[in-house]
Amino acid sequence: MASRRRVKTWFGIMVMWAVRVFFAVVLGFPFYWMLITTFKRNSDLYDLKNNPFILNELPTLDHLRWLFHETLFLRWVGNTLFAGTIVVVITLLLAVPAAYALARLTGAWGAQLGIGIFLTYLVPSTLLFIPLSKVISALGLQDSLWSVIVVYPTFTIPFSTWLLMGFFKSIPKDIEDAAMVDGLTRWGAFVKLMIPMSTSGILTVVIFAFTLVTQEFVYALTFISSANQQTVGVGVPTFLVRGDVFYWGSLMAACLITSLPIGVLYNIFLDKFIEGFTVGAVK
Amino acid sequence: MIRRQRWLGPVMFMPAILYIAALVGLPFVMAFFYSVGDVKVGSVGYHFVGLRNFISVLHNPTFQIAVRNSFIFTITSQILVLVGSTTLALALKEAFPGRRFLRFIILLPWVAPVSIGSIGWKWILDSLYSVISWVLVRMHLVKAFDTPVWLGEPKLAMMSVILVHTWHMLPFATVILLAGLTAIPKDIPEAASVDGAGFFRTLFQITIPMMLPIINVAVLFGMIFTFTDMTVIYILTRGGPYDTTQVIPSLAFFTGILGSDLAEGAAISIFLVPLLVVVAYMVLRSAHRAEVT
Repeated sequence: MASRRRVKTWFGIMVMWAVRVFFAVVLGFPFYWMLITTFKRNSDLYDLKNNPFILNELPTLDHLRWLFHETLFLRWVGNTLFAGTIVVVITLLLAVPAAYALARLTGAWGAQLGIGIFLTYLVPSTLLFIPLSKVISALGLQDSLWSVIVVYPTFTIPFSTWLLMGFFKSIPKDIEDAAMVDGLTRWGAFVKLMIPMSTSGILTVVIFAFTLVTQEFVYALTFISSANQQTVGVGVPTFLVRGDVFYWGSLMAACLITSLPIGVLYNIFLDKFIEGFTVGAVK
Repeated sequence: MIRRQRWLGPVMFMPAILYIAALVGLPFVMAFFYSVGDVKVGSVGYHFVGLRNFISVLHNPTFQIAVRNSFIFTITSQILVLVGSTTLALALKEAFPGRRFLRFIILLPWVAPVSIGSIGWKWILDSLYSVISWVLVRMHLVKAFDTPVWLGEPKLAMMSVILVHTWHMLPFATVILLAGLTAIPKDIPEAASVDGAGFFRTLFQITIPMMLPIINVAVLFGMIFTFTDMTVIYILTRGGPYDTTQVIPSLAFFTGILGSDLAEGAAISIFLVPLLVVVAYMVLRSAHRAEVT
């Protein structure tokens, strides 16, 4: 009996590893493909007789050189960082006080309002982009990076408010009460006590808002048509292509350089992010 | 002091609410107005035209294809995501050497900008230099001069966009399920296996039923994010060949934004609303259930 069980667990472990390896290969393959394409010479890349999985000739930095010197890639990265920073600031200014108010100051209907705000996160860009394009041109922001800076907080505020509400609720009320007895005002308790105590929640919101700016595609594609105003998510797939000519080496280099840092950032706050979706379903 | 609190709450949450009202609420209402009007890019006036846009949309054969595709796209990819993510979550549950690194790799398709990931796939599915075709030729499954045109043939193109979207959504569902899986008390499945229940019996009669609320969450968000998305399709096929991979959101984009017919584009995207309402209702319901327990 004991030996049978051991055989079974051995078999189980093998199956588990097979599943892990299979998914890692399937999900990770495109990124390996970006990596190897980045360093391949064109003569190697476009020769069907070569084994495409390996470097058949010496690696080259030509694609990277072209990407950094001959294209607007760095400009798009700069635009994205700039837009990301401002979106983060807007999000924090609006979502942190709102979350605190809904968690602490408004009683039962605060929770209802919180769910209502979260639901607006589900309204898709593909429903709003047509009327919003009129709103954007009424604001005089068409074809400007500022159009997406103004619009992205509509994604980040609902989700961040929802996330931070959970954070504030998990802090015991007694702490504020004690501080207020000691003479702090409600606002003082919020600024001096609650904000420092929810640093990790606020950091989560910062990373969430920032990565969203790099990931969003539909609004940036809709509102911005000039190449030099673009973010990296639209610039790379649309403006690195000249007519029908794809410069695959540089294109894949751009993809890799964009994906990896966001991947690392995201991993840091992943668990908090998932909590936002699973509130209530996981206890 | 109590008086101060009464206005402090609204003062703190009103800016966020007004921002959302102006840039989500207002355009949401405008979308309905546009769909029953005659707005074009650059046009000045607004005339009510009743259901004319909807009638013209419903008679448009491309729209009929797009509706059918939207359902095929959403349902097929969500089934694949569900099966894949459940399997993967079970394989990632226990601690093992390299788990963090594996999680990083597995997350990349969700975390990397989807437009960027899709461009990677566009290269993998290239008509001439596709690595998949290269492997198939080497395995003598297809002839070298007759490789599949992955994105140029209607059936293959549809299959490709579904699989790439599945690739993109799988990590998201996996991490959500993983959160649910780790929340199941360990002793329950263990007790079942001591009582003689095999792996699959434990899985289907205990683990999966206990995970249902969380599977529900993953499916609800997955459906919304899939039904309303056009990025993968825009990058890979632009709805082609001959509109055979067009879905509701991409058709709304091509009609309303690129085609400048705002009214008809708005009418098309209004067809996203019913699913939105259903999902919103179900999210509300599960949120209420969470509050009660």
